[in-house]
This record gives sequence, C-alpha cells and structure tokens, in this order.
Amino acid sequence: MMKEMTGAEMVIQALADQGVEDLFGYPGGAVLPIYDALFHQEKVRHILVRHEQGAVHAAEGYARSTGKVAAVLVTSGPGATNAVTGLTDALMDSVPLVCITGQVPTHLIGNDAFQECDTVGITRPCTKHNYLVKDVADLPRVLHEAFYVAGSGRPGPVVVDIPKDVQFAKGMYFKPNDFPHKGYRPKLKGDIDKIKAAIELMRNAKRPVFYTGGGVINSGREASHLLRELVRVTGFPITSTLLGLGAFPAADPQWLGMLGMHGTYEANLTMHGCDLMICVGARFEDRITGRIDAFAPGSKKIHIDIDPSSINKNVKVDIPIIGDCAHVLEDMLRLWRSSAAVADPAALKAWWAQIEKWRGRKSLAYKTSSDIIKPQYAIERLYAATRDRDVYITTEVGQHQMWAAQFFRFEEPNRWMTSGGLGTMGYGLPAAVGVQRAHPDSLVIDIAGEASVLMTMQEISTAVQYRLPIKIFILNNQYMGMVRQWQELLHGGRYSESYTEALPDFVKLAEAYHAVGIRCDKPSELDAAIKHMIDVPKPVIFDCVVDPAENCFPMIPSGRAHNEMLLSDAAESIEDAITEEGKVMV
Amino acid sequence: MSMQASTSHYPAATVSQRVEQHTLCVLVDNEPGVLARVIGLFSGRGYNIDSLTVSETEHEKHLSRITIVTRGTPMVIEQIKNQLERIVPIHRVIDMTLAGPCLQRELAMVKVRGKGEARMEALRLSDAFRARVIDATTESFVFEITGATDKIDSFINLMLPIGLVEVARTGVVAIGRGPDGM
Repeated sequence: MMKEMTGAEMVIQALADQGVEDLFGYPGGAVLPIYDALFHQEKVRHILVRHEQGAVHAAEGYARSTGKVAAVLVTSGPGATNAVTGLTDALMDSVPLVCITGQVPTHLIGNDAFQECDTVGITRPCTKHNYLVKDVADLPRVLHEAFYVAGSGRPGPVVVDIPKDVQFAKGMYFKPNDFPHKGYRPKLKGDIDKIKAAIELMRNAKRPVFYTGGGVINSGREASHLLRELVRVTGFPITSTLLGLGAFPAADPQWLGMLGMHGTYEANLTMHGCDLMICVGARFEDRITGRIDAFAPGSKKIHIDIDPSSINKNVKVDIPIIGDCAHVLEDMLRLWRSSAAVADPAALKAWWAQIEKWRGRKSLAYKTSSDIIKPQYAIERLYAATRDRDVYITTEVGQHQMWAAQFFRFEEPNRWMTSGGLGTMGYGLPAAVGVQRAHPDSLVIDIAGEASVLMTMQEISTAVQYRLPIKIFILNNQYMGMVRQWQELLHGGRYSESYTEALPDFVKLAEAYHAVGIRCDKPSELDAAIKHMIDVPKPVIFDCVVDPAENCFPMIPSGRAHNEMLLSDAAESIEDAITEEGKVMV
Repeated sequence: MSMQASTSHYPAATVSQRVEQHTLCVLVDNEPGVLARVIGLFSGRGYNIDSLTVSETEHEKHLSRITIVTRGTPMVIEQIKNQLERIVPIHRVIDMTLAGPCLQRELAMVKVRGKGEARMEALRLSDAFRARVIDATTESFVFEITGATDKIDSFINLMLPIGLVEVARTGVVAIGRGPDGM
C-alpha cells in the first residue's frame, strides 16, 4: 500500500507505523519541515527537551524501561553534535533508539553551510549504524530499516540524517514489510551442540556460578523469567553486572548481589573461586574482571551473547554460544529438565556453605551516624519508603550510583536505568524524564550526585513543562565523590579540582524552575522528608546533605584480582580501613 | 599491599601473544560510506592495516569485495573478524589465511631509470620475473609485475640499485583454490 507524501510526513508516518508514541526532540532550521508535519497530527507526541543530550538520555530511559525502540529528533550541526554523548552512551549500553537528524540541503553538503556538520562521519563510531538519505525514494525503506537495526540483535542507536530538501521532496511512502533489511539477520538460536556441551559442564560442576548482564534485560521479560527458572532448578548461585540488576530478584537467597569493582564480597569471591562460570549476556568488562590474568583462575567458562564480537574479546571462554539470551536459556532449561540433570549435590552444598561464610562477612556494612546522614543510609531509607510503590530508578555516575546499585534492591527487570559503559554524568535526570513519560503513574527517582546532576539540570524544566513528577534525590557531598575517593586512595589525598566550592541552593533552584525543593541534613528528619518528596505530585529536587568523607566499599582496586578486595569495616574508622594492611583481604 | 602499586583506573595490559599476519576477504554492500566504516573500525580500535584493496565485484547485486591484510595476535585477529561482521552492510568475512589453500596476488607498476648496462640489466631481471614492459623511453622503463607480495618485494629490491624511481602497488587480492566460492 503506497501513498504519496513529503519526506517530512514520511518521518512522522514511519514513527507512527513503528509504534512510536513519544518523540524526544529539539527543533532547528534543518528539521522545520518535520516539526511542521508533527504539528498536523496527533499520533506522535513530542517532548521538548532543553538540550539534545537530554533528548537522547530521555529516549534511553524510555527504551530501557519499556523494552521498545525510542525515538529522537534533532536538528543539524550543533543539534547532532550535542546528541553524540547520548548516542555513545546508548551504544555502550546497547540501548535501542533511532535518532533523526536534520541536515543542510543536499546541494550544500560539504560546503561548510550554516549549522552543517558531517553527521554520519561524526556518529559512525558511536552508532550501531547510520544513514544519510539523499533521495526521498530511499527514505521509507531507511526509516523502517533503522528501527529494525536498532532493535534487533544487540540493540543500539541508529542515526538517520535527512537533508532539508529531502524533507520537502515528495515520494511514495510504504509501510514496514517483512523484509526489514536485505542482509542483516542476527542469529537468535544458539548452536544446540554447544548448549548440550554447556549442560554437560553444568552437570559436572562443583563450584558453579551464573554471571549475568544487561543482555538478559535487553532480550526481554521472557529471558528474565527463564533465567529465574534455570537458576532455581540448578540451585546455582547468581551474580550480575551493574546493567543486569533486576533480571534476577534481589530478595532471592540464591542472589549474591552485584559483582565487580564495587560488588559484594560474596559475589566476587564466588567468581574467583568458581570452577564453572555461566556468563549470560555480559561482556567481561574491565570493571567486572579486575586483573585479567587473575580472573576466576581455573574455571571453565560458558558465554552466551548475541554479539559474536563480545566472545573472547577480554577473556578466553571454553564454550561460546552465540544467540539471544531468551532462546538459549529456553534450550538450556529444556535440556536440563529433559535429561533430569542434577549437579553434584554434596559439592553444591559445600559450595553454598563457603558462599554463606563470605556472605557473613557483610561487606556492605558501614558505620552509622546519628548526626550526619550517611549516603548508604539515605538510600536504605529511600528503598524502605518506596516498598509499596511502583518504582523506577535512574542514576547519574559516581559514588551515589554504586551505593544505589548496592543498597536499592531490584526484583524486576527494566526498573534500573544507569549509565554503565560510558559512565555519563548527567544521564539520570533526563533518563528519569523519559521513564516517567513512559510510566506516568509510577514513582520515578533519579538517585543523583550534586556534581553529575548539574550537567543536565536544565531538563528539570522539561519535567515541569510536561508535568512529569520525577524525584531528583541528590546525595550532596560537595565533592565529585568517586574522583575524591580515587584521589584519596591513589594520589595521596591531593583533592585536585574535585571539590565544588560554589554549589547552588538546590531548594531555590527547584523553585526557580517551578519545581519543589526539599533539603535534609539530619538523619532523624530523613524519613519524613522522603515521605514528603514521594507525596508531592510534582517534580522534586531533594538536596540530601550527606557525609562528604564517605567512601564507596567494597572496592577492588584496579589492576587487582577479585580476591584482593578492599573492605570498609563497620567497627573502625574509614581512614584505618584504607591504610591498614590488615584491612586488605587477600 | 601498597595502594601505590596501581595508580591507574584500568587493569594493566596482559602478556601479549605472538603476532600473525592474516588476509581477510570481506563481502559488502556497495553503498556510500561502507569503506569508511571498515577503515574507521581499524583506526578506532587500533588494528593494523598492511594492505587494503576494494572494488565492486558483482554489479547487479551491488556487492563489493574488500581484501584486507592485517596483523595481530590470534585473539585480536578473531576480534577484527567479529567486529567486521557487526557492521550492518557487511555480508561475510572470510579469513583466507585459515580457510584453506588460497591464491594471493598483487600488481605493481615499477618505474626504473638508467642507461647502458644498468638499463639492460633491468630488462634481463624483468624477464626473469616475468614482468612486462608497459612504457619505455631511452632512459627508463615502466614494468608491470603481478605475483605474491614477496615476489614483488624481491623485484623492487633488485631494481633499487639499478635506478628505481617509484612504485605503485595495488595491495593483495585473494581467492580460494578449488571449485567453491566464498
């Protein structure tokens, strides 16, 4: 079914046909025809952000909390370059989105025209794929292809750059068809012989562990469901990366907590001591592995990933299984059940006994205080106060992000939006805007640091405009906390430029934006203040004044192995924990 | 343990394996920017390119064939192949070095300047190497030579003392032996 329309109308029609309801964008000269087409319809709703980076992060939040491909619309030149940080973030964390960029008219491309930049050149390394559409006849195919490429296989951002004359030009539009790309067909089913070999290893394992990541969440809810089943029937322990939190419920006794640089003692020592690692949708990143040559020595490794380039990139594995997590987990579960497989019960019992000893070390313990709010305490109280609510959490990047990962416990997938791979300060606030847009009746909280949140603070204005009652919960320690922590541990306490001397009054700042500001600096008043924040049906900036000297533990100092974790010790002062050799667990 | 032992945010480089040279054939959609994607991958991820050739090979299907000679440890070579396969317009990547017996050829045009005995010596050597004279003046030749890389290297080395002026080389193209295509 073909229909004649302009390129600009095709963009909106294609978005609607691809199921896009919300479009995050910012207008400009080179996208005016598309904004005009937007004006004449009601299928696609536009959310006007305050900066293009915010548009992409909002789309990321939208995509990660819904599992859908999100859409962004920005203008040429600075519109596109401002989007680059968000696109890179989406690429690193495998977030599916389509970003439409305006471009100067075809005849001016390459002429250094006003607001021109080489968008496809600039975004080539920070997108999964990109297109420059020079003929309106190609536009419907490219738009549909873009959604297919963004959402299939390992998801990622796709840029479609459309010159202004192509937006005005008329052509024949067609709807998405069954052949969304002539060559690109990611493999979903895993090799059954490899899966059988994996089951065989699992059956014979004495000290197994599941190590799972964001791939399980990207694969969809069914993958999380199958993972839970497989973990339950095998009885194996399970840990997850930062991005994988929520795929397996944190309340389950088989859950060890997050692993990696700021993971729990039990998760990291289980990884270090295992004889079989079953990696599902994770990629052995350096924050996870620590020192590569001391990573899980003597273990066999099974690696399930939809992206072949993740296999053997950092760590050599024994059984690579290329495929979609849900498909592979389904096969594994079926084979495990049909063969009535059981792992060695005595060995597994001994393994769990060892793990419980590690768990007994209580590596997340911290020294409490009655006169100053400890950041960990703040998150614990926030968690407690939100138990009867439908909660989505986003974060910025730094200490607060790690504390959120450690102390906020996730029972369901798609509830946790954080910038893992790129580590983008300023991600959380705009991401919360996107999440709240997708889930208008849910409680959406950005657990933030005061330094990060100032990078994209302007998006609170977007939240106010669209009546999105997001809660910006700032753990304000006046430092770039993680930078300060590294300077303390590795650079002799020389806090070079990590202290912010002139912070805004966040309460007044909130009020200036027509949002609500709340400040709290006493542990005794925290619960009431949090309750107030949750009850206010408006965007809130919560300035939670916390201990500026608190460090994030446990910690694997980089270049070290999993069994060389640094632990805080609840019984003694933080300073002692850092300097005393006795506190270093080897 | 001294905390000063590691002042980096990142783990140290692991012990490196031996470096190998591999020839990869890459079948791609012949569309604008596809070569930039391939080259960008190599520069962006720090891989090496020893040579690269590209031309459309199947016009009606809009397919081009890129032949890349690269070097790296076996793990890096595997990464290069996997990363190439991730690029959306790339159809197939074949590692000719591993795929079985194959033919590898390049073409070079070699300009040599000289008179008298040097000129005659150049001509005699070109005959031994089955190079063809494709241009001549009273004081120069341009030879066309095809063959494996080491043969062309030898020929160029021999021309050097005689009066080598310049060389244009295509880089390696490769094809498997036997009846089957890639």
